[in-house]
Amino acid sequence: MAAGFTRAAVVAGMRQSLALQAAVVPFALVCGIVAQGQGLSLLEAGLMSAVCYAGSAQLLALGHWAVPAPVVAATVAAFIVNLRLALMGPVIAPWLDRVRGWRLWASLFLMADQNWALAVREMSAGRFDAGYLFGSGAVMWVVWLLGTLAGHAMASSLHLPPGHPLFFAALAVFVAIVAGMWRGWGDLVPWAVAALVSFGVSRVMEGTLYIVAGALAGAGAGVVRDRVRHPGQRA
Amino acid sequence: MTLDPWVLLAIVGMSVATYATRAGGYVVFRFVKPPPVVRAMLAYIPGALFVSYVVPALAVGGTKEWVGAAATVGLMLATRQLAVAILGGTGVAWVVWSFS
Repeated sequence: MAAGFTRAAVVAGMRQSLALQAAVVPFALVCGIVAQGQGLSLLEAGLMSAVCYAGSAQLLALGHWAVPAPVVAATVAAFIVNLRLALMGPVIAPWLDRVRGWRLWASLFLMADQNWALAVREMSAGRFDAGYLFGSGAVMWVVWLLGTLAGHAMASSLHLPPGHPLFFAALAVFVAIVAGMWRGWGDLVPWAVAALVSFGVSRVMEGTLYIVAGALAGAGAGVVRDRVRHPGQRA
Repeated sequence: MTLDPWVLLAIVGMSVATYATRAGGYVVFRFVKPPPVVRAMLAYIPGALFVSYVVPALAVGGTKEWVGAAATVGLMLATRQLAVAILGGTGVAWVVWSFS
């Protein structure tokens, strides 16, 4: 194992990501069910989950599926939905800067909301390295793929109505993550700004750009507040 | 077990677009050397990003989502265990749902 990518970190990532999987399974099942409903074969549904590996983008694309497949619309939608991922990579730059080659590119491929949040927590605590992102992501990727295939196979016998509480699990993941991220009252201003801006944008714009807008506005508010409080200090 | 060429093309397009966002943000950051203000923002991105994820989703939710979210937050703060918070919060939402 290379420096910055230790076996211990990979194993810890795999082990600690198990807590997330209970929430990944229903999401993956739904993805497989929807894919089957839109006429995708088991191979096509599996391929999409394995290579694209982005739940919200896949569900959005499948929600607007057509024959022949809407190549341009699905590609553009995936890019916009996943723009938030572009904000996430730089946050864990201290880990990623220490790895090169396949370990870097594979770790980035496996970066998703949930395991990135765990990675941020561990990095802030001074534990582990990029192997943690890779290990946690690898388990999630396998669960995501198997869950999609299972959903596709069981689509005809499994009925989950839209308001079913299992779907709440996907949201509960992020509620739990955000509750664990609270560092104290210094977070109040950036979080409040993020909440207001994301809510406002979600009301006036289609799609999921509100996540990016809220994240940037909240982070910007945090920096502005710091400069007002400590005018002499330059970042 | 079919593989339609248009479906394959759509999957390739979605996958390339997604990987561009995953790797692109970091690659730009690594080679362009952004100004200090951008670096200072990074510390606030995680919390702000997930707040932006959760708040609009809860705003359009109902009793089940609100009670479930409150239970999830309470369990997370009390136990600091993700699994306990996620499973417990979802369980509470399920209970609310079955009584409504």
